Amino acid sequence: MLQIRDLHASVDGKPILKGITLNVNAGEVHAIMGPNGSGKSTLANVLAGRAGYEVTHGEVVYQGRNLLDLSPEDRARDGVFLAFQYPVEIPGVSNVYLLKAALNAIRKHRGLPEVDAMDFLALVRDKMKLMEMKEEMLYRSVNEGFSGGEKKRNEILQMAILEPALAILDETDSGLDIDALKVVANGVNGLRGPERAMIMVTHYQRLLDYIVPDFVHVLSQGRIVKSGGRDLAHELERRGYGWIEGEAKAVAAARAGA
Amino acid sequence: MASEAIDRIVADFRALEASLPGRGAAWLDHARRDALDWFADRGFPTARDEDWKYTNTAAIERRPMKAVTARGSVSADQVRGLVFAELPCHLLVFLDGRFDPTFSSLGALPAGVSIRSLAEVIAQDGQRVQSLLAREPANAFGALNLAFMTDGVVIELSRNAVVERPIHLLYIASQAETSVHYRNLIVADENAQATVVEHYAGPEGCSYLTNAVTTIVGAANSNVEHYKLQQESAQAFHVAGIHATQARDSRFISHSIALGGAIARNDITTRLAAEGAECTLNGLYMVGGRQLVDHHTRIDHDKPRGTSREFYRGVLDGAARGVFNGKVVVHPNAQHTDAQQSNHNLLLSKAAQVDTKPQLEIFADDVKCTHGATVGQLDDGMLFYLRARGIEPEVAKALLIYAFAHDIVGRIRLDPLKRRIERHLISMLPEGERIKELV
Repeated sequence: MLQIRDLHASVDGKPILKGITLNVNAGEVHAIMGPNGSGKSTLANVLAGRAGYEVTHGEVVYQGRNLLDLSPEDRARDGVFLAFQYPVEIPGVSNVYLLKAALNAIRKHRGLPEVDAMDFLALVRDKMKLMEMKEEMLYRSVNEGFSGGEKKRNEILQMAILEPALAILDETDSGLDIDALKVVANGVNGLRGPERAMIMVTHYQRLLDYIVPDFVHVLSQGRIVKSGGRDLAHELERRGYGWIEGEAKAVAAARAGA
Repeated sequence: MASEAIDRIVADFRALEASLPGRGAAWLDHARRDALDWFADRGFPTARDEDWKYTNTAAIERRPMKAVTARGSVSADQVRGLVFAELPCHLLVFLDGRFDPTFSSLGALPAGVSIRSLAEVIAQDGQRVQSLLAREPANAFGALNLAFMTDGVVIELSRNAVVERPIHLLYIASQAETSVHYRNLIVADENAQATVVEHYAGPEGCSYLTNAVTTIVGAANSNVEHYKLQQESAQAFHVAGIHATQARDSRFISHSIALGGAIARNDITTRLAAEGAECTLNGLYMVGGRQLVDHHTRIDHDKPRGTSREFYRGVLDGAARGVFNGKVVVHPNAQHTDAQQSNHNLLLSKAAQVDTKPQLEIFADDVKCTHGATVGQLDDGMLFYLRARGIEPEVAKALLIYAFAHDIVGRIRLDPLKRRIERHLISMLPEGERIKELV
């Protein structure tokens, strides 16, 4: 579904990603872990198409197309969904407007008619129940005055309604208490399926106890320095990122020496 | 240049004087002449005048703008397009400076309520309004207004009178290169209540000057809600003053919705002259092209325990300019004043410009006063968020502009009026039609 090849990206002229290569197939859940500043969120934002992230080298192929050529809205319509690390507050635009506009934009792109008002509300109510959200939140402005947990739940609600092919979850667990984390994880797990791929960017191993990944990658200084199965996350939890970074440095030094 | 304009206006006055309403009543003849002399001595304000620093009136001075001498014509269709069919109200239509009974429908009024045209009141018992007419602060447009005023409304509410239906005052201009001068008086006695909509409109492409002054007097515990909907042609000049005085525990709500005009200047003031008075000033200006819209507001807290709220927002596109000058004065006696003011501006183009100046002058020590002013562009973070959900940038922009302006529109309590403004907002947005189903 997604092939990232030797991706380099800069922010404000400063190189952040320095050669990421990653393959993600339909049905897989990949966790990308790493210390602060390792480039995790940059990767998520590059994939979603945020302005200010300049790709200097490499390519990203999504469903056979060059993802980097597409505008953010076209990526979304083609099934890429970014759950934001910091969901944006939009005063005056209610959640229900946003959901309807987004769903209809995606449906239109797929040649489907606009969603019927009754069906839409039924769908939204159903998904809100799953996310343990009160219906009144639909009529509140997008994320305005929401707690950290409510904002993250709202992201997963949008994801559940928009049903993306590729979901990128950027630090979806940060700032959540354990109850909120369980709700969010439950929502995400409900969306796992053979047709859908997920990339979870996280600093904490805790999330992976609730959303168990198929693969774990460790990002350090803009490169994936170690990949493995779900056990790698536990090892990281036990030994910390210093262990990986030390190992990576040793490898780099050996390479330089050779 | 300036003196040429003054000479022309003085000559216009001499020619018209004999035909102005109330002619022959010595007090009014004097008042008009004094006002004209005041204007002839000082002329139009200049950029050196602090209150007119950002609004240059030269464009108004340059036009001949002779005061209208007779009503022009307006079609029933035009009037129908402006009235609020779904809003049961007392409707008074003024055309080119004069009350027009053809299109007006005053309807039955509750006991203790009188709504009359100013020309009629002056002809019948002018003394009644003499002191009110002399009341407003002297400035060039106020002086011209008094000298040339032809008509307006006089609303008198006696003690405990409540007008359930809004009073819709529709002022239509039909003649190019003319000026009209309206004077409105709204007097609410104790516990009285009314909602008044002042609505100014003119045909697109037509250049004229509307110069209106409204005096509002609210007695103890009265409620006056005032809407001003300025829908003049984009070539028109519009200068208006709304001046309220509030007695004990009275409430005054003002909404100023400014949607067009080459130059539009609104002075909105209220004096909380007794304890416990409360006012809310809401305002929205939304213009493009080379239009200029200027709001000067002033709230005087004279006495203790007054509350004021002020919410103004502006959306400026093209090379439009906005001015907001909001003064709140808390006088030494006005302890426990609670005043909040905000002015937020959204600039949609590089050439659009706003001058915002909140001014708090506080001379009492036990008060709660806040103010805030911002000028900015559409937020990139919000735009990206919407785009990342599949929404096109043009539609995302339209949604964000609509949401920004709706913060003020949502405060309108007359639904048909609110819907009218919402529709207008949508029609002003480039991709407005596409958000119609969403908002």
